[in-house]
Amino acid sequence: MKKLLVLLFSFLTIAAHAAEPAEGGEFKPGDMITHHIADDYSWHFADGVVLYLPVILVDNGEVNVFSSSNFYNEEHEIVPYNGYVMDHGHIYKANEAGEPIADYAGLYDISITKNVASMFVSVALMFFVFFGIAASYKKNQGKAPRGMQSFFEPIIIFIRDEIAKANIGPKYERYMPYLLTIFFFIWFNNLLGLMPGGANLTGNIAVTLVLATMTLLITVFSGNKSYWGHIFATPGVPVWLAPIMIPVELIGIITKPFSLMIRLFANITAGHIIILSLFSLIFIFQSVAVGPLSVAFATFMNFLELFVALLQAYIFTLLSAMYFGGAVEEHDHVGDLGHGDGAHH
Amino acid sequence: MQLVTPGIGLIFWQLVTFLIVLFLLAKFAWKPIMKALHEREASIEDALSAAERAKLEIQSLKADNEKLLAEARLERDRILKDASDAGNALVESAKNKANEEGARMIAQAREAIENEKRAAITEVKNMAATLSLEIAERILRKELSNPDAQQALAADYIREVTLN
Repeated sequence: MKKLLVLLFSFLTIAAHAAEPAEGGEFKPGDMITHHIADDYSWHFADGVVLYLPVILVDNGEVNVFSSSNFYNEEHEIVPYNGYVMDHGHIYKANEAGEPIADYAGLYDISITKNVASMFVSVALMFFVFFGIAASYKKNQGKAPRGMQSFFEPIIIFIRDEIAKANIGPKYERYMPYLLTIFFFIWFNNLLGLMPGGANLTGNIAVTLVLATMTLLITVFSGNKSYWGHIFATPGVPVWLAPIMIPVELIGIITKPFSLMIRLFANITAGHIIILSLFSLIFIFQSVAVGPLSVAFATFMNFLELFVALLQAYIFTLLSAMYFGGAVEEHDHVGDLGHGDGAHH
Repeated sequence: MQLVTPGIGLIFWQLVTFLIVLFLLAKFAWKPIMKALHEREASIEDALSAAERAKLEIQSLKADNEKLLAEARLERDRILKDASDAGNALVESAKNKANEEGARMIAQAREAIENEKRAAITEVKNMAATLSLEIAERILRKELSNPDAQQALAADYIREVTLN
């Protein structure tokens, strides 16, 4: 694992190039914002401070690894390299003329992009924080928490008591590792995304897709008899409604994690877009006078985003816990409906 | 649109990294942390319940003491009451006895006086009868020494008899 990381980071080359290509007079806020919230093959920390990340391409079983700096020439123009070409943030197989081939099959791009690199940073941070905390729990066993421990302990207890225990019930312990991991993963990455030069990881649909899929799989695999019973034979619903009810319930299984995916993606991306738009106002009006207003609004938005970062992590975790709770819950309320047969158990 | 099209590379890395993170954190962070939290909570719980037990024990001891004290107080009250009852009864009985004795003595005295009185009266009666007879005898002897007087008396008697 360590060797792999060293190998990966050896591809990173910090290049202190001159400024980005001069923007051709006209400022296009849409392009700027899209560029900022989208993934990238290099990491711009500041103007001229660029970290070129490794490109990993699986081309019909053949693995090609090279630095993304190869796509830029001395003048910082995009050039084809090794039969591949970068176009609008995507890498395509190039033809002889250096034009991208749109319908080329078998090329899989698993590069360490800005988002992936940012994720590695967040993971390193999480390991540092939580292994550290685990060590201090071992060190001062049975004593009051100290330092980082006392900051994270209430949060961990909150997740355990208010999210897991309250929504899952007695079987909560099984789901604690997952809930804690998604909560801190989302929160840490939300916060890292707010840092200057940070990547928009949790505002990327691929990331939220994976997280939501995990929740979906865990829900489906922990579904007990009564969970499936509710889907295929909803209690209290006449049998002739089954052709309608079963598809509705099956769609419901998918829509729940789908909403998780969209919610996190949209909230985080929207926050980034708003802050970037506020800054764009300065350049749109081409006036320094707009500056203080933009900064004031953007500062306010940033504080709001700090709150949203926590809130979205909480909501994702809470809703996941609720779905798990629904899957493992023992439904006893059939008789309580008053119109179900008592023998239905 | 690029924004809502999940990239295969990021999905791959996210999946791999997240699973590794989940595994490592679960094994080396969450497990010891949850265990430590649980242990500490259990020890706090134990300490609290021990304190509660001690409190209850003290309370029961206190209650016992109070019960003993109350019992002792009751015993004392009972003994005092018994003693005073006994004293009262003694005084009462002595009084009664004295009264009875007094009454008996008075009755005896009264009876003796009555007897004496009756004897004296009898004697006075007897004496009066004897004296009367002697007086009557002397008077008669003196009166009837004259035959005229005897005649007059007899006539008187006759007159009286006829009148009756």
